[in-house]
Parts: sequence; structure tokens; C-alpha cells
Amino acid sequence: MSTTTVSTPASADRPAADTAPPRKARRRGESGPLASLASHGILIAASLIALFPVAWLVFLSLGPDKDDYLHPGGIWSKMTLDNYSFVLQHTNFFHWAASSLIVSLGTTVVGVMVAATTGYAVSRMRFPGYKKFMWLLLLTQMFPIAVLIVPMYQILSELQLIDSYLGLVLVYCATAVPYSAWLLKGYFDTIPFEIDEAGRVDGLTPFGTFVRLILPLAKPGLAVAAFYNFITAFGEVAFASTFMLSDTKYTFAVGLQSFISEHDAQRNLMAATAVLVAIPASAFFYFVQKNLVTGLTAGGTKG
Amino acid sequence: MTVAIDRATGKVRGERGPRRGPLKRLKSSYRKYWYAYAMITPVVIVLGVLVLYPLAYGFYLTLTDANSLNTARTIGVNEIEATYKFIGFDNYADILWGPTSYDRFWSHFIWTIVWTAACVTLHYTIGLGLALLLNQKLRGRTFYRMMMVLPWAVPTFVTVFGWRFMLADGGIINAGLEWLHLPTPLWLEDAFWQRFAAIMVNTWAGVPFMMLSLLGGLQSIDASLYEAAEMDGASAWQRFRYVTLPGLRSVSSTVVLLGIIWTFNQFAIIFLLFGNTAPDAQILVTWAYRLGFGQQPRDFAQSAAFGMLLLAILVVFTSFYRRWLNRNDQQLAI
Repeated sequence: MSTTTVSTPASADRPAADTAPPRKARRRGESGPLASLASHGILIAASLIALFPVAWLVFLSLGPDKDDYLHPGGIWSKMTLDNYSFVLQHTNFFHWAASSLIVSLGTTVVGVMVAATTGYAVSRMRFPGYKKFMWLLLLTQMFPIAVLIVPMYQILSELQLIDSYLGLVLVYCATAVPYSAWLLKGYFDTIPFEIDEAGRVDGLTPFGTFVRLILPLAKPGLAVAAFYNFITAFGEVAFASTFMLSDTKYTFAVGLQSFISEHDAQRNLMAATAVLVAIPASAFFYFVQKNLVTGLTAGGTKG
Repeated sequence: MTVAIDRATGKVRGERGPRRGPLKRLKSSYRKYWYAYAMITPVVIVLGVLVLYPLAYGFYLTLTDANSLNTARTIGVNEIEATYKFIGFDNYADILWGPTSYDRFWSHFIWTIVWTAACVTLHYTIGLGLALLLNQKLRGRTFYRMMMVLPWAVPTFVTVFGWRFMLADGGIINAGLEWLHLPTPLWLEDAFWQRFAAIMVNTWAGVPFMMLSLLGGLQSIDASLYEAAEMDGASAWQRFRYVTLPGLRSVSSTVVLLGIIWTFNQFAIIFLLFGNTAPDAQILVTWAYRLGFGQQPRDFAQSAAFGMLLLAILVVFTSFYRRWLNRNDQQLAI
């Protein structure tokens, strides 16, 4: 980053552009019509690619027969919302919704509450063992599900926690808690340390500083960590498929798979359910996505 | 930064006075740091109970011949005691150089490496390209960004089913290829095309995160650096090479590491795309799951041993990655 900066201050009429004859005089960030056309072309193509699989799912969900996905042309003439009404009335949709929400919210609450003080401690204090502790937190990010799934299954079945919401929440916390601590550290780092000092000068203990001054300021960061935990728990497949046995306790991730069994594949219903799940999930996501990225790369974009 | 931190922990007060005896020092160290330790205690407990204990237990299982027929279980009202026995490192030896170890481990190992390298390369290059395009002053770029985040916004388990419909024989992709008079591969049945499809879907799902992270990185690069470079007569390529890439270094190193770890451990996409049908497209994680839960009898010990090997591979890789970063004077942002 130690690029030698030209000392001449950029004046308003930008003489520099005129002194470079072979290149066109235009401001930084603006491009010629051809380049801009190409940019738009690529971006439109990328947007279509991003959109298409989801749009296709929505389209297929309107076809009433389970094999309509093979001849989608026929859907136009017989488009119907029957799949949706069937899913809402005759399947375990609302049970699955309840399970997904219970498990995801449980993970979110526990994850953020437990991780908050740790995030603060590793952001502000350098205690002996700090580096090892951070390494441990990073290490938990590397855990393939395969490492934990067998022992967790054994432990939970001994504790009679298979097929229970609590069991699944506990399993998810194993990854959610360290991850939240990471995220929150990044956010706490962006809060000026002078605030802590002011608190200390006014006679607050570190706990007092944290609770009274930092936590209120860190609400956006806490929200980011909460969103992440929620989304991760909501979309998790492996543990949910293995640990939830009764079909009223399935989360959406498992419930969707249950439409396709060896004997029967109700693809139309599956598509409708998928759309019903995707709409609130992506609406929620759109509200938070900008904060999500800032939160995740808070430490990175600063340097 | 360090100065502020030390002030915040009251190190100034601790530095007062000459060096004291070991007991005193322990006491003062305790007084100085007990806040920190108290604050990390909840996470330490959670890590201990929910991560380290299962890990240790899992390691113990890898040293046994536990499977679903000899572990403790309840059938109706009958409690059956566990009868598995300790067999030492036989599981590891069997996986790594036992008979048919190539089919069971090494072929999946190679495919996992190829899969990770291909996916992360595609994620990064496409993500960077789109981020650069979106970082221009361009009409409608907010709209484009919203559209392109979609694959990330919709839960994976939903979008993968969308892809399954598209990739099915007779689905829209093959219909389109046929219309163009191109060959129509059996995406979900043929070993090569299964792998191809898996990479394609994962790339589609993973690009938005890279794009948004790198866009954040691009926006944090000081605009005056570009102005200066432009005044010095740097070409667009030179500005990219000497301003953009160095400016993105710390974001890049972080997202690439995360990307590698996530892709290496990517379970949902392969599991949901193929279920139990594609032995050749299974990466190590899904294969380990299959050993433990996708077959009868369930081989808990081998599955756990696979898990341990996976963890070992990632730990070794990350250590080298960090060392490499440190040698290049770069910090991991996370």
C-alpha cells in the first residue's frame, strides 16, 4: 500500500486528463460507451443466471402434475395454485415451520448471548493464551460435520435427546457460538477504544463498560451475528436429517426431502413448499444482506 | 491499536513498580486478567462440552469397531449393552492403506481436492470480476447486486432442488441443449457429468458471497490511490495489478481461506443433489456421512475416523496457509 502518492493536489478541472493525449478524458469510474455496454451485458447475463433456477422453481410449482417439470411447456395452459393450497392444508408444513423456527431461534439466542462477552474480551484484552484461544475459535470453523456427527449422535442418544429440539440446538451451538464470537470481535474492533477509556475514567469496571456503553453501541453487530446464526441453523441439512426422526419435528431442510421417497416423488408439492420457504427467507435476507457482508468482513476491509 | 488495548486493560497500572516475586506476579496477573478470563468462560465451557468432549469421544470411537449392531441401543423395551471392542489404529490403517483403500478413500480424496480447487478458483475469479463491474459508476448497479445475491439469499436446500429439476434428464437444461443440437449428458447419472454438475451448482451458490465480500474490499480502497496512479500514467491493467490487488489482499486471504474450508466441507449441495445415487461424486465429507448414516449396518468407527482425517487435513492446510501469510507480511482478517 505504500504507493508513492503524487503531491500535486487534484484540481477541479483535472488537467491531468488533458495531458494524457492517447487516452480519452474521462473521470475515474466512468467508462466509455462500449465498455459500459459490455459491463451491462455481463451483469445482465449474470443476473439472469442467478435468477433462473429460482424463477424456474416458482414456475414449476404452478404445474399441477408431478411430472410437469419434464414438459414445462404444458404448464402455461393449466397454471394453478392447487399445489400451494394442498401443501398448506394437507401436509406438515406448519409443523416444519414451527420446528425450523424453534431450532433456529434457539440457536440464535444461545449463540449470541454466550458469545457476546467473549467477542468483547478478545477484541479489547490481550491475556496470556489469547493466541491459542483465537486459534481454537478458528479451528471450530474447520470442523467437517463428519467429525462431530457420529460422537454427537452417540452422546445425544445416551441422553435421550435424539429427535428433540434441544438436541439439535445444542449441536448447532457447537458451531454457532465460536462463529458468533469471531463475528462480534470484528464488530467490537470497529467501536473506538476511547469509549472504553472514558467509561473506565468514570469509574466503571470492564463489565460495567461492556454492559452500559459497548452493548448498546454494538446492537448492529449483535444483529449481524444473530442473522448469521439464524440463517445457518435454518439451512442446515446433515444434522437435521440424521437427528430428527418424527415427521412433525422435521425442519424444512428435512421436510422437503421427504417429498421424494423411493416409491413416490411429489415434485410439484416439493416445488410449492420450496417456494413457500424461499419467499420469507429471501425477503428476510434482502433486508439484512448488506449488514451481513459488512459484519463478516469488518476486520478485513479496514486493513 | 495495541496501545489502546493495553490501556483498556489497565496495563499502565500493572507496569508500575519493580519486578516482584512469582507469587505476587501470579496474583497481579490474576488481578489484571481475571476480567478477560471471566468473559471468555461461557464460550470455553460451550467449546469444552459441545466440541472438545464429542471430539475426544469421537477419537475414542475411531479406535474401536463400533457400528450400529454393537453399540448400546434400545429396541422396544430391551436395552442392549454395547459390545464393540478396542482395536487400536486399525481403522486408520484400513482407510489409508488397507485393501480397496483407493476406492474408499484416495479416489474421494483426489476428487475432494479437485473439487475444492476448482470451486474456489471459480468463486474467486467470477466473484472478483463481478465485483469490479459492480464497483463502477454504473446505472442500476444496486439492482444488479440485488439480483446476483439471490443464490445466497435463498436457502441452499431450496435452490438445490431447483437445480435438480433443471438437470434431470428431460429437464430444461437438456431440452435447451437439444434445441441447440448439442449433446445432452446425463447430468445426474453419468460419473463425469455428476462431478461437472456438482461444481456448477456449487459455483452458482458460492459466487455471491465472494462477490459481496470483494465488493466491500474494493469500496474500502482509497480513491486517491487510483487518482495518483492515473496521474502517473498507469494503464487500467497496471492500476488493477498495483492498486486493486494489493488493496484487496487482506480481504482476499480471508475469503479464500473461508472458501476453501467451506467448500472442502460442503455437505448440503452434493448430498441433496445426488442423495445416495452417486458414489463417484461424493467428496470425503459426504462419504463419511454415508459410512455412518447412509448404509446398513452403520459403520460409526470408520465414519468417525474419516472425520478425524478430514479435520487433520484442514488443520495442516490452515497452519501452512497462516505461515505463508505471515511470511508475506499479511494478516488474516478474521
